[in-house]
Amino acid sequence: MLKKRIASVLFALMFALLPLSTAFAAEQSDINALRGTKLYVYNWGEYISDGADGTLNVNKAFEKKYGIEVVYDTFDNNEVMYSKLKSGGVSYDIVIPSDYMIQRMITEGMLDKIDYSNIPNYKYIPEKYKSLAHDPKNEYSVPYTVGMVGLIYNTAMVDEAPESWTALWDESYANSVLMINNPRDAFAIAQSVLGMDFNNESEVSWRVAAELLKEQKSISPAYVNDEIFLKMESGEAALAPYYAGDFLTMQENNPDLAFVYPKEGVNFFVDAACILKGSQNKLAAELYINFLLEPDVALANAEYICYASPHTEVYSNPEYSFYGNEILYPEDGKFKTQLFLNLSPETLALMSTLWDDVKNHVPSPASSNRAFFFGGATQAVADDGEVMTPEARKYALYIGIFALICLAYVVFRYARKKYREKV
Amino acid sequence: MNNRSTLGSKLVASPYIVWSVLFIVAPLIFVVYYSFTDASGAFTLENITALSKYAPTFLRSIWFGIVATLICLVIAFPLAYFISQSTEKVQRTMVMLVMLPMWMSFLIRTYSWMALLQDTGIINSLLGKIGIDPIHMINTEGAVILGMVYNFLPYMILPIYSVMAKLDHSMVEACQDLGGNRLTVIRRCIIPMSMPGIVSGITMVFVPSVSTFYISQKLGGGSFDLIGDVIERQFQQSYNYNLGASLSLVLMVLILVCMAVMNRFSGDEEGMVI
Repeated sequence: MLKKRIASVLFALMFALLPLSTAFAAEQSDINALRGTKLYVYNWGEYISDGADGTLNVNKAFEKKYGIEVVYDTFDNNEVMYSKLKSGGVSYDIVIPSDYMIQRMITEGMLDKIDYSNIPNYKYIPEKYKSLAHDPKNEYSVPYTVGMVGLIYNTAMVDEAPESWTALWDESYANSVLMINNPRDAFAIAQSVLGMDFNNESEVSWRVAAELLKEQKSISPAYVNDEIFLKMESGEAALAPYYAGDFLTMQENNPDLAFVYPKEGVNFFVDAACILKGSQNKLAAELYINFLLEPDVALANAEYICYASPHTEVYSNPEYSFYGNEILYPEDGKFKTQLFLNLSPETLALMSTLWDDVKNHVPSPASSNRAFFFGGATQAVADDGEVMTPEARKYALYIGIFALICLAYVVFRYARKKYREKV
Repeated sequence: MNNRSTLGSKLVASPYIVWSVLFIVAPLIFVVYYSFTDASGAFTLENITALSKYAPTFLRSIWFGIVATLICLVIAFPLAYFISQSTEKVQRTMVMLVMLPMWMSFLIRTYSWMALLQDTGIINSLLGKIGIDPIHMINTEGAVILGMVYNFLPYMILPIYSVMAKLDHSMVEACQDLGGNRLTVIRRCIIPMSMPGIVSGITMVFVPSVSTFYISQKLGGGSFDLIGDVIERQFQQSYNYNLGASLSLVLMVLILVCMAVMNRFSGDEEGMVI
């Protein structure tokens, strides 16, 4: 009797404990064994709640909970991150790249498959952010933030609210337009205007987009990244394409700023946590990714980063300060969006040479902004595709004159020396 | 005897030899290797032939370098002369003041120039207060050259000053005794004698000016490239080490040629004229 009762109690206990033990495929003992180990995380700058102003310090909280030390580094863009990892000088366990870069890293075998049974909080990610084209089978990535690129404008500096990307080509905003200094994003804007697919591999269409970007140089846009914050907040520039989340940060400092998703369509991105192949601490990496998806941690991050969160418990939480925010969480399908996908090596190479051409293109009519030292040198009409542009000829001429003066001086000195020797 | 002293000197020099082999010679070999290979490691001349389209960028960088160096020289020479003529206390303070900006990060100083030069920046708002229309300065070639001059000026002042400070004053007196007025003394005596400082100053300003990339990105608004920008982009953005290496190689050769020409220029210096 007694034995039976003990057995049934044991059974009941086992069932009671069952949910706990299935929640983690990994045993508690395995997790405990990770105490004192190190986890190397590589994330975007300013992309995690760091404890400033009384917010949650996510890394510290993780360390406290699991006793695993987090070694945290940051990068400014996907390409820098990729080059660093590819050059082999560093090794990380977790990286948080964007969609197209995730796909590239999957293709090149740089990522390890994630064991989702160790990430029970994955259930908070809604279906619409799963099975996207960059990771169609949901094997390698766990969404961290999502967002869209839009057009930020200063209401005090524009006559009417822009609706289209073509405002970035408007001559009345000469010298006060900013462009993202990153080929993929800059090309996407031109491709939107031209109605092209961001991921097309046709050489001609990339060249056409590059021509459009070159055309923009006649109004002298400044190519910037994080300087956008300074320049938009101080009213230095009227228009800038940038991420919706960053707009919210800028607007806090300059209430004149407003935001629009241009009608031609915009880029939609997903930044997701991935585990690198060769990770020395894979279980800890999965614990960390799971920890990032804890509702309170995800909420703290969403509040800090100001980007849209792909976490159901965050965006449906009425206490979240961006709850129902129309810029961060527009209705599905309200705006035309496209995801960046990985491009073939040929198209990537083409894009980077075309980008070099765009950056070095000098618009043919003398532009107004070179009056500071060089007194508005007039330039002949540039024959495009020619190596020696009028600008290059100008510099060649200057250098030539300088070299001639030097040469003349040397000859003069030599002649005088000979003359003196004779005397 | 002779053998032992060379062994001794070798031992003393060995840390530097190891250092230079590891961090100067080996990287140079890598640069050459990458310049002549493609992504798969096979020999190719494609990276070199691809360079022709960057000719305008090279020319622009060299011209900017020349202008920045000349401006630095024009500012630095009189200043260095003035410092070297002052009392020791003033000298120490002035040298301190020249070096003071270098205690702060080069990146921060350049970034602050952006805030100064902006259309809505500090300089323009001050001009506005006294009724002058704002001048568009940021994102121009002039702003980039200003950034170069500002950042590299100490490298011109210090070598010239250190040569001038050690100048044998009896030579100057001899020059004066022979009837030279102030201008002649400077032209015929001080400038020729401080030539080593001038040459090393020119080198130390010209080389970083030609290869800089941060200044042109922040103060030039990224709307025109210097060669350093292109190289940085090949390594960081495009992951095209081969093209980046060949650009660096050509840049190095160009700088070497410029330096060789300049040394030739000042080499047959016999203290006669400038």
